[in-house]
This record gives sequence, structure tokens and C-alpha cells, in this order.
Amino acid sequence: MEARNPHDLVGEYRYGFADEDCSVFQTRRGLDEDVVRQISAIKGEPDWMLQFRLDALRMFRERPMPRWGNREILDGIDFDRIVYYVRPADRQGTTWEEVPQGIKDTFERLGIPEAERKFLAGVSAQYESEVVYHSIQDEIEKQGVVFLDMDSGLREHPDLVRRYFGTVIPPNDNKFASLNSAAWSGGTFLYVPKGVHVKIPLQAYFRINRRDMGQFERTLILADEGSSVHYIEGCTAPSYSTDSLHAAVVELIAMKGARIRYTTIQNWSRNVLNLVTKRAVAHEDATVEWVDGNLGSRLTMKYPAIHLVGPRARGEVLSIAFAGAGQHQDAGAKVIHAAPDTTSTITSKSISRDGGRASYRGLVKVHPDAHGAKVSVKCDALLLDEASRSDTYPTMEIACEDASIGHEATVSKVGDDQVFYLRSRGLTEEEATLTIVNGFIEPFVKELPMEYAVELNRLIRLEMSGSVG
Amino acid sequence: MSGEAAEGAAPILEVRDLWAGTGGKTILKGVDLVVRPGEVHAIMGRNGSGKSTLTHVLMGHPAYEVQGGEVRFLGRNLLEMDVTQRARAGLFLAFQYPVAVPGVPVSSFLRTALRSVKGRDVPAREFRRTLQAAFADLGIPDAFASRYLNDGFSGGEKKRLEVLQLRLLEPTLALLDETDSGLDIDALKTVSGGIARSIEAGVSVVLVTHYQRILQYVTPHVVHVFLDGRIVRTGGAELARELESRGYDWLDAPPGTAASGPAGA
Ligand SMILES: Nc1ncnc2c1ncn2[C@@H]1O[C@H](COP(=O)(O)OP(=O)(O)OP(=O)(O)O)[C@@H](O)[C@H]1O
Ligand SMILES: [Mg+2]
Repeated sequence: MEARNPHDLVGEYRYGFADEDCSVFQTRRGLDEDVVRQISAIKGEPDWMLQFRLDALRMFRERPMPRWGNREILDGIDFDRIVYYVRPADRQGTTWEEVPQGIKDTFERLGIPEAERKFLAGVSAQYESEVVYHSIQDEIEKQGVVFLDMDSGLREHPDLVRRYFGTVIPPNDNKFASLNSAAWSGGTFLYVPKGVHVKIPLQAYFRINRRDMGQFERTLILADEGSSVHYIEGCTAPSYSTDSLHAAVVELIAMKGARIRYTTIQNWSRNVLNLVTKRAVAHEDATVEWVDGNLGSRLTMKYPAIHLVGPRARGEVLSIAFAGAGQHQDAGAKVIHAAPDTTSTITSKSISRDGGRASYRGLVKVHPDAHGAKVSVKCDALLLDEASRSDTYPTMEIACEDASIGHEATVSKVGDDQVFYLRSRGLTEEEATLTIVNGFIEPFVKELPMEYAVELNRLIRLEMSGSVG
Repeated sequence: MSGEAAEGAAPILEVRDLWAGTGGKTILKGVDLVVRPGEVHAIMGRNGSGKSTLTHVLMGHPAYEVQGGEVRFLGRNLLEMDVTQRARAGLFLAFQYPVAVPGVPVSSFLRTALRSVKGRDVPAREFRRTLQAAFADLGIPDAFASRYLNDGFSGGEKKRLEVLQLRLLEPTLALLDETDSGLDIDALKTVSGGIARSIEAGVSVVLVTHYQRILQYVTPHVVHVFLDGRIVRTGGAELARELESRGYDWLDAPPGTAASGPAGA
């Protein structure tokens, strides 16, 4: 897609969708049938996808708001004010001057080089990553791996996409999944053929300048029998967005004996509502791991789910959330044990500071015939001050008598004695607190690839210094 | 009394009539203590008499408020300094009960501590060598470098790590709060050896202890008896032996006479 003259991109236009080559760059505000048809037409989608979107739109309209999470914020969403589709090339036309000062300052303090900052802010493409991307692309293509943005995936592998798209998270799953299904754009399509092991983690980052950094990303990962892959989503710089609603849908399918790890570190700007539906299906002997880090945003509601549908399937959800001033992180996990000898481990860690609120919301369900299922849930909350808050809403529905269930929840405060001990070794009060926080999230950080671990530690340090965003 | 290391030299620590407590309760009731360069002071006294409180107050624990008196450290007003400043100025506390900080590996903590106290960053290789030597010196297995700070450590392991920090950070004055408690016979020897080497290297020491044993390895210049929030008696090494055989009861002087210095000896 050619980048258009950035000067054409100011203002708001409304054009007919029939003229594909016109200078339409974004849909008008609000979502109705016209807009949905427009999005689908611009992308040149097959008819079944248009029907899928239109059905989803109906479901979105009929579906009430969730009554949990944070009602007050959810009820405040004005769906008519949102622009649902912006053409990717146009996003790249954003100028550096338009990027908010707060974001620039953050980049500054992160010590990110100028070129990279512009790239992270969506201002320009990063050529180095393009090169990296191509060499990886060559290598994995030889193995038959398909790694594309979702739109290209739909174009180039219509049968695969049609067969699996929306099967893990049907469009009527919840209001935001419906919304995504109607308005989705961008995201990743990844297919790993039978028996193929992708050795290096695949990062959306590698193809970010081709990515539509959409608010309604749609990702589908399919790991065929006996294959394995690690996918990493999101860059760790504050995702700059002028839009305030993000409702992504991520579907994972791990066939017999396959293994998928999906790592996310997200750091949204403070105005964003991040309402994401993530779900995986793990077949016989398959393993799915969600590694999920949530920073920033005003409200995040995210509960990565795993359906263990085949015997001996394994699932793991490892997450951290950091809630600062004015933020609510409502995160957790859902695991359904629908087959015998399935195993799940949920580890959730949250940090609240400056009146921030972190909630753990979890559901574990064990079906009557899931004999020998093993469940282990551990949630730890760390409060940095009196004004902050943490809640846990764990739900267990165990219908099988011989399942083994472990549940543990702790809430701790950063202790005076810990701070005193560290300070007596020369650390400042801030360093001492940061050290304790870093120690608290260590079990999470050590699961991350090196560069993300370093990055996450940097972000936490910034959060703790109190003036990000 | 054994040979005074630096008779007449300017004191490192001067505590004058120190009163302190917490939550409206007074625990320290007029402590006087003067430590000169190179000296080793032992403090002995009953459980709950306020010995740990004294070390905490000197290090600046926020739980205690100072109600009166004066403390000078290397000529500076210690009570005006925050905890970090005290550590950086050369004051060290080996804790009676070191706290655990889960998730923080010992090696990275030690490196941070070294950088913070000494203000210089040791290159990674040099640091590893230093650490290995120090570990070997205190009989700590290398595997402890990657364990989390005091997390799941046995009592004796914690004490060894406290002394390791003493060795590494080379303070001017070390407050050692029952660093000899809870150690087996071999561990006591190793730990005492570490303390003795620090003293040889010039560190002045205030050693809180219940036992005479450690004093066989670390010879005190002065022994103080601490009762009910203050020092009630001061003597030489022989005082420790006397306490060991006689206990503290004979020191419980009638009210009004206890604070009047080296009475009766
Ligand atoms: N933070 C605190 N809050 C309440 N009481 C305290 C606190 N610190 C100390 N105390 C009380 O002050 C008294 C002195 O305690 P401290 O720990 O200083 O005694 P100690 O001489 O070190 O005893 P031990 O030999 O048993 O270690 C005790 O009665 C103790 O309960
Ligand atoms: Mg004590």
C-alpha cells in the first residue's frame, strides 16, 4: 500500500466504498451497516467475511454491556464517537509534531533513539526491523510457516482462515468480541505446519510497519500437530493512540501435541480502554501458555482463556498487572478442563500504587469427566500504599471429584522492614521500593526473552518514578 | 581492659543521653556510648532490654522516634541523616532478624549495595571474583548467589550473609546484632573469623551478644551491660565472663542508682 500525501490526511472525509482507489482514509464516526460494508469493501474481502461482520454487528447491538469489570467506565463509552477504521498507510502519515509531548518525554527518558521513537509512535517505518523481518520470513517460509497480517492472511489463505476464524471466540461471545468481529482490522495470522518447530520467537514487531495498528486487531494462530511456536505481541513503548477504545480478539489453536506460547507486554497510554478477548483451544497433549503483562491504560479487562479439550492438554496463564493513579487493571484467567488428565497453572501478580486498582478475576471449570485434572491457582497482590486497592474474584466450578485443586491468594504491602533493610545497604527509598517490586514480578520476568525482560524492568522503573503518560 | 585501639582519638560514634521509643512507649532511656576508631564494644543484656532498638535507632528505622539526646557519627549529627545517608556515610547494621526480599537474587542485591554504599560500579568480572572469594571465606555455597535474598534461608545462613555484607561493604562502624546467635559450632568459628578480619581491616564494632563464646574469637575492648533501656555497667572482657556465671540479677540496682555509672566494680 502506498503512503499517501500526509497533507491530504487532515480532517474527516466520507466517501462511498465502491470507489476503491479513492482517497478514503477513515470511516466516519460510529458503526452501522454502511460502515461495516465500507470496511469490508476497502479490503476487498470475500462475501462470507462481509456476512460474518454484518452478523456480528447485529450481535453487538443486541448485546448488553458486561455487568462486571468497571461498570462506570464501560457505561461511559460512546460508541458513536469512535472511528472504526483508519487505513494503515494513513496512520503512517502522522507527523512527529502530532505525537503528544508526554509520549515524547517518555521516549526521551527511555533513552530510545530518535529514529526508533518515531517508529514507535507510528510516525515512520523502521527499516532495520524490516530487514530483520525479511530474513526471518525467508527462514520460516522454507518450513512452510505462514506469518502475515490478518488481512493478507485472509487474501492468501482463504480456506484456512475461513475454517478457523471465529471458531474459538464466536462473534456472539461478548459485546466486545462482537464489536471486534464487525469492525476488525489488522492483527496477525500465523500458521505452523505439522511437526515444525519455530526456533526464534516471532514478534509482531518484525512486521510492524506493515501492520495496521488497529484498535480492533484480530489474531489467529494455528499450530498444527506436533508443532511449536512462541509469538510475542506488542511493543513495550507506550502504545500511542488517539483512539480510546481497543478491543482485540486473539484466537489460538494448538492441535494434538502442539505447543503455543503467546507473550504480551502492553503499555497503553492513560486514556485507553483495553478490552481484549483472548482464548485458546488445546487439543490432546497440546500445551498453551499465555504470558501477559499489562501496564498503562485507564481500564484493562483481559482474561486469557484456555479450553483444554483433549486428554493431557496443559495450560498456563502467567500475568502481571500494574495499576497506577486513576487506573483499573481487571485481569485474570479462565481455564476449562474438558478432558481427563488435563493440567492448568494460573499465576497472577498485581501491583497497585497511588490509588490504582488491580483486580484478579478468574474462572476454573472442571467438567465431570475430566478425571485426574490438576489445577493450581496463585494470585499475589502487592500494594505500595494505603490508597491503592486489590480485589480477587476467583470462581471455581469443579464437577469432577478426583480433580486436584490448589488455590492460594496473598495480598502484601511493601514492608517498612524490607525497605529499611535495603536502605541500610545504601539504596535510596525509591530504589528500595523498586527492588522489592522487581523481586515481586521476578517469576514473570524470568519467563520473558532477555530484551523484553530488560524493557519491562525499565517500564516498571518509569511507572515507579511516577510521571509517565 | 585490652589495649585501647585509639585512646584519645576523636570518637567515631558519640551517643549522649539517647531516649527513644515507639507508639508512645519509651524503650531507650538515656543511652551513653562512645566508640573510638578500631574499638570493639560488646553489649550484653536481658531479652527485651532494648539492645536491638538501640541498633535500629542508630541506623534510622522509621518505626522509632527519638525523644531526646544526641548522636554524632564521624562528627556529623547522625539523627539528621536518613537511613540511606547513614549507610553511605559508613554505618552498617547486621540484623538480628534479616528480612527476606523474595525475587531479588543475592548477587544482584550485593552488587547494588556495593555500588550504593561505595558509589562505584565494579566491573562484572571483578565483582564475580570478589563475590566468589567472599562466599568461600564465609562457607557460603556459590549457588546462593542466585538465590533470593534471605528467602528461605536458615537462621545460620542469614547470619553468614550478614557478615558477608560486612566484609564486602567495609563500613567504618558496624553494629552487629546477635550475629553469633543460632550458629552451630563450625559456623560460629567461620562467622567470627569474618568479623575478626573486618576488625583487622579497621572496622570499629558494636557487638550485641548473649554469649561469651564469640568473645573468644573477637576480643572486645569494652563490655557494656544493657538493662531497661540503658547501659548500667561498663567493664573489660572479664565483665562478660562474670555475666556468664552470675547472670544479670546482681546488677539490678535500686531505682535511682543504676544510671550512675561504673558503680560497685
Ligand atoms: N517496633 C516496636 N513496636 C513495639 N514494641 C517494640 C518495637 N520494637 C521494640 N519493641 C519493644 O521494646 C522492647 C525492647 O526490644 P528489643 O528488640 O530492643 O530488645 P532486645 O534487647 O534486642 O532483646 P533480645 O535480646 O530478645 O533481642 C521489647 O519489649 C519490645 O517488645
Ligand atoms: Mg535483640
